[in-house]
Amino acid sequence: MAPAIQCRDLRKTYDGKVEAVRGLNLEIQAGECFGLLGPNGAGKTTTIEILEGLLAPTSGQVTILGQTWKEHARELREVMGISLQETRLSEKLTVLETIKLFSGFYREPRAPVEVLEQMQLSEKADSWVGKLSGGQRQRLAVATALVGNPKILFLDEPTTGLDPQSRRQLWDIIRSFQQAGGTVLLTTHYMDEAERLCDRLAIVDHGQVIAEGTPPDLIERLGGHHMVEFQVDGTSNGDAIDVWRALPGVESVRHDNGLVCLNVREPHLTIPALLDAVEKEGSQLLHLTTRQASLEDVFVRLTGRHLRED
Amino acid sequence: MTVAQQTPPTRVPPAPSVRPPRNGRWSGFNHLLTARLLELKREPEVIFWVFGFPVLLALGLGIAFRNKPADITPVAIVAGPGADSALSLLQHSSRSSSIRATVAAEAEALQGFRLGKYDLVIVPSGPGSFQYRYDPARPESVLSRSEVDDALQSGAGRKDPLPTTAVASSEPGSRYIDFLIPGLLGMNLMNSGMWGIGFALVDMRQRKLLKRFVGTPMRRTDFLLALTSSRLVLMVIEIVLLLGFGVLAFHMRVQGSVFTILLLTTIGAISFGGLGLLTASRAQKIESVSGLMNLVMMPMWIFSGVFFSSERFPAMLQPFIKLLPLTALNDALRATILQGASLGAQTGRLLVLLLWGGISFALALRWFRWT
Repeated sequence: MAPAIQCRDLRKTYDGKVEAVRGLNLEIQAGECFGLLGPNGAGKTTTIEILEGLLAPTSGQVTILGQTWKEHARELREVMGISLQETRLSEKLTVLETIKLFSGFYREPRAPVEVLEQMQLSEKADSWVGKLSGGQRQRLAVATALVGNPKILFLDEPTTGLDPQSRRQLWDIIRSFQQAGGTVLLTTHYMDEAERLCDRLAIVDHGQVIAEGTPPDLIERLGGHHMVEFQVDGTSNGDAIDVWRALPGVESVRHDNGLVCLNVREPHLTIPALLDAVEKEGSQLLHLTTRQASLEDVFVRLTGRHLRED
Repeated sequence: MTVAQQTPPTRVPPAPSVRPPRNGRWSGFNHLLTARLLELKREPEVIFWVFGFPVLLALGLGIAFRNKPADITPVAIVAGPGADSALSLLQHSSRSSSIRATVAAEAEALQGFRLGKYDLVIVPSGPGSFQYRYDPARPESVLSRSEVDDALQSGAGRKDPLPTTAVASSEPGSRYIDFLIPGLLGMNLMNSGMWGIGFALVDMRQRKLLKRFVGTPMRRTDFLLALTSSRLVLMVIEIVLLLGFGVLAFHMRVQGSVFTILLLTTIGAISFGGLGLLTASRAQKIESVSGLMNLVMMPMWIFSGVFFSSERFPAMLQPFIKLLPLTALNDALRATILQGASLGAQTGRLLVLLLWGGISFALALRWFRWT
């Protein structure tokens, strides 16, 4: 069976100058929830809009369910649902009217009332879209994507700007779509979202995939699952970095806002050695924490930058 | 068995009756048109600009230019010897009812003349002779001079060699309001076609709604058709309102058939709809489309004979003016409404409208930017 979504050597150059996507490859299987994780401006939206058939790539191939946009645009539109990063639906239509409008475009849509119920918007069915909260609007946007009864769901930053409760609600909806056999491609710059929701993800930076795999895989590739973060007074950090790297079990070292972060395989070996080393230097430990490594650490390790950095 | 137990019993699959039937070819169009009409209905400004404004305009202009019983021409006689005799000659002439003469000091008289308070100034210049001060560029001033001269000459004893009589005629059909209403109808079709379609499109483009729509299987032509059709629905209401208003308030007589008028306005609305689509085919911002709209409509506001006849412009400009869609529409509407002309008699005008509509529609489809 053909992959649900596949692209090879995708490139997009705007106005012959700005290279938004530079040779990107993806292969997403049916039934997968796949995430594109990356900072703002990494090329996520450009990529997803090319895959959605809304933007033409400068070069490269895209196939969706084994078909191309050029030859099967209408058939493909029937089987996919999309939610753009920002769409302002008509404010003076009610929620139900909006869903009915979108259902009218598909040959075999789902019943609008049923979709609203699933999205927990039944109570708001007769409210104007202009009166909805941010979370409700975002659920409505996803509802317009689901009403066509799609096989593939494209979501561009579905939870950006939402409160925690609304985010969790959306995650549940995305999961239940996937459990019913659907394929999901989403973009996000929230690592926790990617970690919880995605079966696999690609970390995108400067228009290229810099790492790809399951979330545990990617963290595994860091070399260790644990992070030890500490701060010492006095001594010059530049010289000390070699000292920290030489500690047992340390895979990598970086400085982050005056904090030293160690990526560690076995914290029970590293921490006593660290305490000794600090004492030998004659300095004082101001702060020490340990935590599980996250995708954020993967990203920082790969790029030297934080995901949310502006 | 275990699988069956895991499914939560509360989730009942929807009853088959809830499922809508397979959507047909025109489902998208119908849904778009319904949604658009609902939106328009809920927009109070639309209701005012489309329906209230033209009626108010017609009412205001109809009152301002209403046919007065007869014009009274105000004239000033410069005080001095001879002023009283001029005054008494005017007051005793057969035209005393249409001339209101005032004796005033010279400075005051000339000042009043400049400000349009007087149409004419009579300056006594020696015994039994008068000089008229008039402005040849002001029609009422020219008229006043001949009226006053007539009154003075006949008052002084002139006998007319030819006996003439005059009959007053201000029948419905030849008044200003009769001229005005078809023009307003045409202008309104242009305004609502251009703004209604152009604005709505750029607004939807700015809100990324167009992009969202093309992400569905929606047919793009359906979308443009639905947008245009929603204006046609409004148009029918507009025509009924404006013509009905003219008939009821100003006793206007509609000579042409309702069918012909409807057909003409439909062609007009489609023509301006196409022009609106073209104007808004690429603009990304409301501000930029506003400028373009005004640029396109400005020549037609001026030249196309909405408030005054386009025949007033020099002959050199006439071929250009006749090719403007609003001129064609206004002329056709006037011919039909006021003179009962048939469609066959105005194929030229129809051709102008259809060409403008067709060409701009085709170009708009080609250049249209959905994202």
